[in-house]
Amino acid sequence: MDAVSPKSLSVRIWRGKDDGRFETYEVPARDNQTVLDVVTEVQRRHEPALAYRFACRVGVCGSCAMTVNGVPRWTCRTHVAKVAEAGEITIEPLRNMPRIKDLACDMAGFFDKWQKAGGRFTGTRNRAEPPAAVDPASRKRVAVDAAIECINCAVCYSACDVVSWNEEYLGPAALNRAWTLVNDERHALRRTTLDLAMEQGGCGNCHTQGSCMRHCPVGISPTESIAGLKRMSLLSFLVRDHAAADALAKTEEPA
Amino acid sequence: MRAHRSHQAYWAFVGHRVSGIALAAFLPLHFLTLALVLKGTAALDSFLVLAEMPLFKIAEWGLVVLLAVHFFFGLRLLFLELHPWKRAGDSRLYWIVPSLFAAFLVGAVFVAGVV
Ligand code: SF4
Ligand code: SF4
Ligand code: FES
Repeated sequence: MDAVSPKSLSVRIWRGKDDGRFETYEVPARDNQTVLDVVTEVQRRHEPALAYRFACRVGVCGSCAMTVNGVPRWTCRTHVAKVAEAGEITIEPLRNMPRIKDLACDMAGFFDKWQKAGGRFTGTRNRAEPPAAVDPASRKRVAVDAAIECINCAVCYSACDVVSWNEEYLGPAALNRAWTLVNDERHALRRTTLDLAMEQGGCGNCHTQGSCMRHCPVGISPTESIAGLKRMSLLSFLVRDHAAADALAKTEEPA
Repeated sequence: MRAHRSHQAYWAFVGHRVSGIALAAFLPLHFLTLALVLKGTAALDSFLVLAEMPLFKIAEWGLVVLLAVHFFFGLRLLFLELHPWKRAGDSRLYWIVPSLFAAFLVGAVFVAGVV
């Protein structure tokens, strides 16, 4: 028994795959303890086989997200004091992705959707040319100020009910990525990205439930990015191909 | 309600969806009763007598409120999607509660008109 700590936390952690179960561990309560600290402590002292992911521990890499007391969160920046309910926390893997083991889930489908949404950058210049200058105060650049800070953590993807309801839905993170690219003057395939983001499973599926913006740990509002894509898709539909495509092509020429 | 859903924007979604489905379910009934006129005025009149019952009035009030809820929540959505956001997080969450108030105000006006 751990005699050092007067207070302890009761931590329920999901073990196994889909047909797993919760195991409860007692962990000493410490000052400034994060949920990731708790998971690490359980793995070091109680359950060496516990599977979970982390890397940076400071909110940069986006690999440590889990469901904590029913809410998707980045565990390395979530203080236990903020989420524990009567000295208890329940930790599960993220929703909306296949479980692999314990707290780790398979994120391949999540990242595949980034590609499907046209999320791959294609430059307009080669390495011999000088880099394109983007005016930080330009309208398009300002429109994505927040959106480019995404750390790919899938918290929003896990929070979104439309993702659970519709397998094809690309989800908030991938569409947020598409929004940054359609506004990126250096991206050669802006029209293609917009077309892909508008396709079946694209921005039109979002019901503006706002769970993504509610839970995004870095304060991004994918809802806003998706609203932007919806506006653009409406415009591109009204202006019908030629004009819109030309207008886009014009701005695509290297300055 | 799972914890990740307990926030205003989600409730606004639920309100909009439920009122929308209820209204969609009402429409065929509405047309059905209107179609009674095809069977002659007597058929319609006998229904209209029914429609004067208090229970019907309450249902009518519900209908008016549902319509108003759908209308005001719909306005918020249109604004969100068609008007560029002024700043990050400008999701008009503060429109949600006033929208509900406005809907019930419309309901109150209806009650005042009927009583
Ligand atoms: S705003 Fe759209 S993408 Fe975000 S959680 Fe809601 S439905 Fe999903
Ligand atoms: S938008 Fe936010 S919640 Fe979604 S993946 Fe990016 S950082 Fe994570
Ligand atoms: S471990 Fe890198 S974001 Fe949490």
